[in-house]
Amino acid sequence: MATEAHGEAGKAVGMPQLDFSTWPNQIFWLLVTLVVIYFVLSKIALPRIGAVLADRKSTITNDLAAAEELKQKAVAAEKAYNDALANARTEAAKIVAQAKAEIQKDLDAATAKADAEIAAKAAESEKTIAAIRDGAAQAVAEVAKDVAGELVAALGGKADAATVTAAVSARLKG
Amino acid sequence: MATEEHGSGLQIHPMDQFVVKPLFGDGPIEWYTPTNVTLWMGIAVLAMIALLVLSTRRRAIVPSRGQSVAELFYGFIHKMVEDVAGHEGLKFFPYVMTLFMFVFLSNMLGLIPMSFTTTSHIAVTAVLALLVFLTVTLVGFYRKGIGFLGMFWVSSAPLILRPILAVIELISYFVRPLSHSIRLGGNLMAGHAVIKVFAGFAGAMGVASVVPIAAIAAIYGLELLVAAVQAYVFTILTCVYLRDAVGEAHH
Amino acid sequence: MEGELALLGKYIGAGLATIGLGGAGIGVGHIAGNFLSGALRNPSAAPGQMANLFVGIAFAEALGIFSFLIALLLMFAV
Repeated sequence: MATEAHGEAGKAVGMPQLDFSTWPNQIFWLLVTLVVIYFVLSKIALPRIGAVLADRKSTITNDLAAAEELKQKAVAAEKAYNDALANARTEAAKIVAQAKAEIQKDLDAATAKADAEIAAKAAESEKTIAAIRDGAAQAVAEVAKDVAGELVAALGGKADAATVTAAVSARLKG
Repeated sequence: MATEEHGSGLQIHPMDQFVVKPLFGDGPIEWYTPTNVTLWMGIAVLAMIALLVLSTRRRAIVPSRGQSVAELFYGFIHKMVEDVAGHEGLKFFPYVMTLFMFVFLSNMLGLIPMSFTTTSHIAVTAVLALLVFLTVTLVGFYRKGIGFLGMFWVSSAPLILRPILAVIELISYFVRPLSHSIRLGGNLMAGHAVIKVFAGFAGAMGVASVVPIAAIAAIYGLELLVAAVQAYVFTILTCVYLRDAVGEAHH
Repeated sequence: MEGELALLGKYIGAGLATIGLGGAGIGVGHIAGNFLSGALRNPSAAPGQMANLFVGIAFAEALGIFSFLIALLLMFAV
């Protein structure tokens, strides 16, 4: 039976893959198919897809470059802004210091003036006080001479004016 | 019918799906006869055109969905060729892309129920593998001259072992197209046959056929993976072989 | 009688040939497991080795596919 089956080369016997009568047919159509696929691919599909991919790559590269440029610009702008800010800050600090110095100067001048006035007033007052004190001391001495002269007269003595004055002066001094 | 003839008790014909039939009439199959092979290869070509040509006709910088898929395939294979075969291998990019698109689309179209899987036929995969083999051999001799044979002389091995290794390398070089084609065809054939066998169980088991039907669903998922992975493996092996022909470094 | 015997031998041979697929399973599992353990040690290097992983799996699997092919040949072609 087995040998019979082997002998039969007709279709539907055993493995159709080993039915060699169909091989030329398959090989012919396979070669046709491969040639068609090869030409469609190499003439149309692959160059087209390759071009699209290259386009996309260059687009992406360009976009990236543009983005990089914009980024640089942004960085530069930020730097300028920061610089301006720093300048403004130092300027402001300078102005503040100037104003402070002016105020200090005014204040110092005013203080000095006030000090001088106060000193003048104090000197005047001292002078006045000294005058009043001198006046008072003289009045005390006169009163004391008069009182002493009267006291001496009341006690019955005869008061010599010069002696009384000498005595009172000596007492007042001592 | 064939299996009955062989005395099999099961009424399952897992191999019937691979039969090559003429599209029109029932005549003999000459080399030019349009058959179901022609039909499904033509559908693969149309699918390829829809996927890679029609979807990219707008050439948009911001891709549509279809264009993204096309670019994905392009980028995937381009990177594979560049990584594995080296920069010199990029000349063969359209060739590798042709192989990948054909194998991938045939595998995927073959998973449509009632369809015909062209890549499950040894005739097809053998031609694909032989094309790769011939390309690699011819390009290798063209670019490197007699130096291409240096690839069989493993200079890093001890001198005594080198002749033995050379014989082994030579054998493995000539087994390449065989394994390259059988791997693809065998995987596809096995997966489809297994699905068919389970489908036969489902027909015979009545209510309990829920179990084989669930199994078919699971195997179908596995087959989707296998279809993609086999296309990937076929392509990457092509690139590996191409590296021997065009690259400086070899294994 | 002789045909029956041949059929028996054919089926037994096909069944034996499928054992080879177990070897392919071991090989593929070995590759995937080693890849995973390596990837867990150095996750940053893992994506670059995906291509090697698939090539290794493909080579290991090819030998299993050969035995499967022999089983199919015995079943349907011999």
